[in-house]
Amino acid sequence: MIERIEQLRAQAQQEIAAAVTSDAVEQLRVRYLGRKAELPQMLRGVAALEPQQRGEVGRAANEARRALEQLIGQRAAELDAQALEQRLLADTADVTLPGTPPQPVGRMHVINATMRELEDIFLGLGFTVLEGQEVETVHYNFDALNHGPTHPARAHTDSFYVREPAGHATKQTIDVKAGHDSMRLGAPTDLVLRTHTSPMQVRAMQAHPPPLYVVIPGRVYRPDSDATHTPQFHQVEGLAVDEDITLADLKGTLLAFAKTVFGDERDVRLRPHFFPFTEPSVEVDVSCFHCSGKGFQADGSRCPLCKGEGWLEVLGAGEVDPNVYSYVPTTERNAPGYDPEKVQGYAWGMGVERIAMLKHGIPDLRLYFENDLRFLEQFG
Amino acid sequence: MRVPLNWIREYCDPPLDTAAIEERLTMTGTKVEAILHHGVPSAENFVVGRVLVAEKHPDADKLKACKVDVGDAAPADIVCGAPNVAAGQTVAVALPGAVMPGGMKIKAAKLRGLPSNGMILSEQELEVGAGSEGIMVLDGLTVDAELAPGTPLAEVLAISSDVFQLEVTPNRPDCLGVYGVARELHAATGAPIAPEPWGEDPGTDGPVAGAEVHVECTDLCRRFTARAFADVEIAPSPPWLKARLMASGQRPINNVVDITNYVMLLTGQPMHAFDLDRVAGARLTVRRAHKDEQITTLDGQVRTLDEEMVLIEDADGPTSIAGVMGGERSEVEPSTKRVLMEVANWNGPNIHRTSWSLGLRSEASARFEKDLAPEQCSHAQAVATRLMIELCKARLMPGTIDIADPTVSSPPIHLRERRVQAILGMPVPLERQAAILGALGFGVAHAADGLEVSVPPERRNDVSREADLIEEVARIHGLEALPATLPARRGAYGRLSPRQQARRRAVDALVGRGLFEVFGWTFTAPTLFERLRLPDDDPRRDAPALENPLSEDHALLRTTLLGSLLDAASRNVAHGIADLRLFELGTIFSLAASRPTGEAALSDTGVHEHQALGVLLSGRVTPVTWGSPSPPRADLFAVKGVLEALADALHIPLECQTGSQPFLHPARAATVTSAGRDVGWLGELHPLIARDWGLDGAAVMEITLDQLLVEVPMRTYRDVISFPALRQDLAVVLPAGVPAGDVLTVVRSSASALLDDVRVFDVYTGAQIGEGKRSLALALSFRSPERTLTDEDVAPVRQRIVAALSELGGELRG
Repeated sequence: MIERIEQLRAQAQQEIAAAVTSDAVEQLRVRYLGRKAELPQMLRGVAALEPQQRGEVGRAANEARRALEQLIGQRAAELDAQALEQRLLADTADVTLPGTPPQPVGRMHVINATMRELEDIFLGLGFTVLEGQEVETVHYNFDALNHGPTHPARAHTDSFYVREPAGHATKQTIDVKAGHDSMRLGAPTDLVLRTHTSPMQVRAMQAHPPPLYVVIPGRVYRPDSDATHTPQFHQVEGLAVDEDITLADLKGTLLAFAKTVFGDERDVRLRPHFFPFTEPSVEVDVSCFHCSGKGFQADGSRCPLCKGEGWLEVLGAGEVDPNVYSYVPTTERNAPGYDPEKVQGYAWGMGVERIAMLKHGIPDLRLYFENDLRFLEQFG
Repeated sequence: MRVPLNWIREYCDPPLDTAAIEERLTMTGTKVEAILHHGVPSAENFVVGRVLVAEKHPDADKLKACKVDVGDAAPADIVCGAPNVAAGQTVAVALPGAVMPGGMKIKAAKLRGLPSNGMILSEQELEVGAGSEGIMVLDGLTVDAELAPGTPLAEVLAISSDVFQLEVTPNRPDCLGVYGVARELHAATGAPIAPEPWGEDPGTDGPVAGAEVHVECTDLCRRFTARAFADVEIAPSPPWLKARLMASGQRPINNVVDITNYVMLLTGQPMHAFDLDRVAGARLTVRRAHKDEQITTLDGQVRTLDEEMVLIEDADGPTSIAGVMGGERSEVEPSTKRVLMEVANWNGPNIHRTSWSLGLRSEASARFEKDLAPEQCSHAQAVATRLMIELCKARLMPGTIDIADPTVSSPPIHLRERRVQAILGMPVPLERQAAILGALGFGVAHAADGLEVSVPPERRNDVSREADLIEEVARIHGLEALPATLPARRGAYGRLSPRQQARRRAVDALVGRGLFEVFGWTFTAPTLFERLRLPDDDPRRDAPALENPLSEDHALLRTTLLGSLLDAASRNVAHGIADLRLFELGTIFSLAASRPTGEAALSDTGVHEHQALGVLLSGRVTPVTWGSPSPPRADLFAVKGVLEALADALHIPLECQTGSQPFLHPARAATVTSAGRDVGWLGELHPLIARDWGLDGAAVMEITLDQLLVEVPMRTYRDVISFPALRQDLAVVLPAGVPAGDVLTVVRSSASALLDDVRVFDVYTGAQIGEGKRSLALALSFRSPERTLTDEDVAPVRQRIVAALSELGGELRG
């Protein structure tokens, strides 16, 4: 019996090792370990043996069965692994094909992205962001910003006027002097599409007491249309009013802006200019980032961005004109109010399109509002 | 304004080159926009010559062989084609090596066999005049005819000049004249300034015999002066004058007209010359025009005026539009003998309005519209009178017509020394302040804590307060020296409002989902409403209108973002980009007191402004790849997915209910609500609307953000980690018409607090469940913050849900 067990074991071992498919291994399992197989039957027949034989035969048979079970398991696993490997190999990918993209991200519009960048700069400097209304009263858009009653910017050639809604109480804020009433034709209604974000200067001062540090991003309108003018565009207004804010503070603030937007090496210069609601008024230039302010390129040719000037005009600014404070009524909300002998401050208005244009080399303002995807996807 | 630098230098000549002068002017507030060059690039090799011999060229009928003394030992041979060249003339000669204005270089050459070592020049070739009738003869009328041959031409004529293109700000009409610019340069550099060119006036006061002026509208004409001249000899102006006008961008005409232009360019005060003999009745009247009154201006155009425009008329009717342009009838012409020189002061804004509404801008109107000082009339009369006598051999008739308002006087302004530093943030010593103001023409006296400053007339409109004086000091002292400091920022801390933060989050969520932000026009066309099929009573038709739109297509303010989104989509599709995921966040306007979609922003204009968000999806919603060559196309559920992403990003509930919009697919449209309030709509675009914009279908949405952004909640922690959720599925068969939203609402309201979430994960219709039925598979998630739930815990809840669903006609499936 013992010999027979050893014989079966050796034979099975040989056959298991030679099996090359999972099916063959399964057949061997049935043949050697299945219910009707010889070895299990021997084990079942152990009880019928002579008592002195039982222990020896039973042990040998059990041992042989366990060994075969293990061998079969091993061989099956080996073969499974081999089969898997072959399936995997058959599933060859051409790694040079393009990847499958996740849902691609979209883009913010370059103007919105630029406005956000500007907001963040001034948030970091301690300014709060306010917004205003786009349909404004002539009062806030012109009068309260020290535009004389006959200032040319009020003309209907320079500002969009909005027909007054029925039932809206018109308050005639234009000082119609004899001889100046011609401007009534230029200013047919009391409502304009704001021509700048500056109307929010007086609105902000009406709503908050000094000290006041705010920026006002928004859409503004003027009736011009060509490669360098669109009838709608965007500005970021700045206004800071405190006891002692100087023109030098304006320079420092805008230097921080210039360095952030155009690079750490940038410088700013203030050039005297004129605006009705600032005094002194300045235009602010940033040293050209294309030629590092030299005016010419490495090859000696004139810088195409600053046209050889070394400076790029980016915005208008100045100390708030004392007359503007006189348009701010003192109320409970903004007490103690804005007395030009006690407070002073600066204001600026920067054109978002202009800054984006300089920064990204955008050649034509009209591109901003055509919304061509091939344009939009380059920024934001 | 174009100003030749050599003209400025006649009054103020700092030892600086062109670039340095440009820099000083620009940095003190008179911006040099460009430096142009007028005339020859370099004056080298241009000399005065005398024609010794001029004989017909033996081999050419139209050429003359000349011998010209150019100051050398031997005369130069020059072949000349001008018909007027003759022996004895003093002429301008370009010698070999000279470079002409166009860049052509003069070389020694042979013309038809004869040597020609130079060129005898015409005015036009030198750009010193417009005449092209042959060569320029430098006779006694033009320059000293006895000039030695060989004298450099530049010593006699301005043949080469740098010209500044200046940006003069509207508060500085005094700088619309050369002398005003020279005064700026004087203040900016410290170089001496020549006396005012109007210092000496040969004229006299009193009435003028044989001429009369009547001003009916003194409100619009604050001063009117006139002088009469007899025995006027009309002739071309001398070359120096022509050269100045040419370099300033003006075309010389004749001496009288040129004088008026020259005086305007020098003093900033425009003036007009009438042929006195052609002023009917020898009387001028200044009055407002009648409505629709017509006049033919100098340019030959018939202009129609209105009652706010001022004209000047004589006995035969209107002759000119005051301050803007003269008329043909009394223009100075070659036969003119007597001239009436008019210098007036007009109301600036009125001139601005007239010139803009007529579309007629002139050098004169550009100056008058900035409001000149009445005193400037005298300046112009003084200079013009001198030139009339000098250049036209005219005889000044006694007297000056002068109809004037009483002269305005402005009180002196007090300038506190300390205040300068307080505003600028840099010190400027008192003596420096005084010197700057003095150089600018202000009267300066010392006072207790600063200066008493009086303002010259031509600066009166601009400078009336201390702040204005500080600006004058600042700009001349130089802003380059300003330090760069930051304000104290007392109590200032930068922050975005919750609403601003929420709006950024909305944009970021949409961008992250692959949408592109567009910026459309605020303006919209009245035809949009028709194209969108809005019924007559739709509140979106009630759009604010512009009084003065640029075009009919831009006549209204938009009441929906859909128009600009469709325009953007249409444009892209036309350019072959058909897969579009667009959104716009912008203002929409309404006149209606309350809109159904949200509460109007507070406004004191009667026009309500709303922040709206619009989305347009068209074509395929994800990119085509080799792995998924035909991704799904945008439909209702794609745009609803965007809405859900937005709601998720903002943590606000946004729901859809069956709804309709005139421009949407009638069966695939929804109303968007938030907490029961109507905030917008979404759906698939009606195919006819899509076709109108050239789109192959689109899914669109618009919601009003105003209120939503305010409601974005603060989040507090919820324990969903300590105990797991229990998940169960439920399939229910319902009548097909029952909306899934109603089913979910019923489930939520019937369940207890244990129900954490329920969503539809499968929808089935088919034979298995019968006609008119629909099966919804719901995924339920139960959760307790206190313990792990068992099936027994939720069994009663589940029963309640099932019972509630049966009331909707639902039966559990299988």
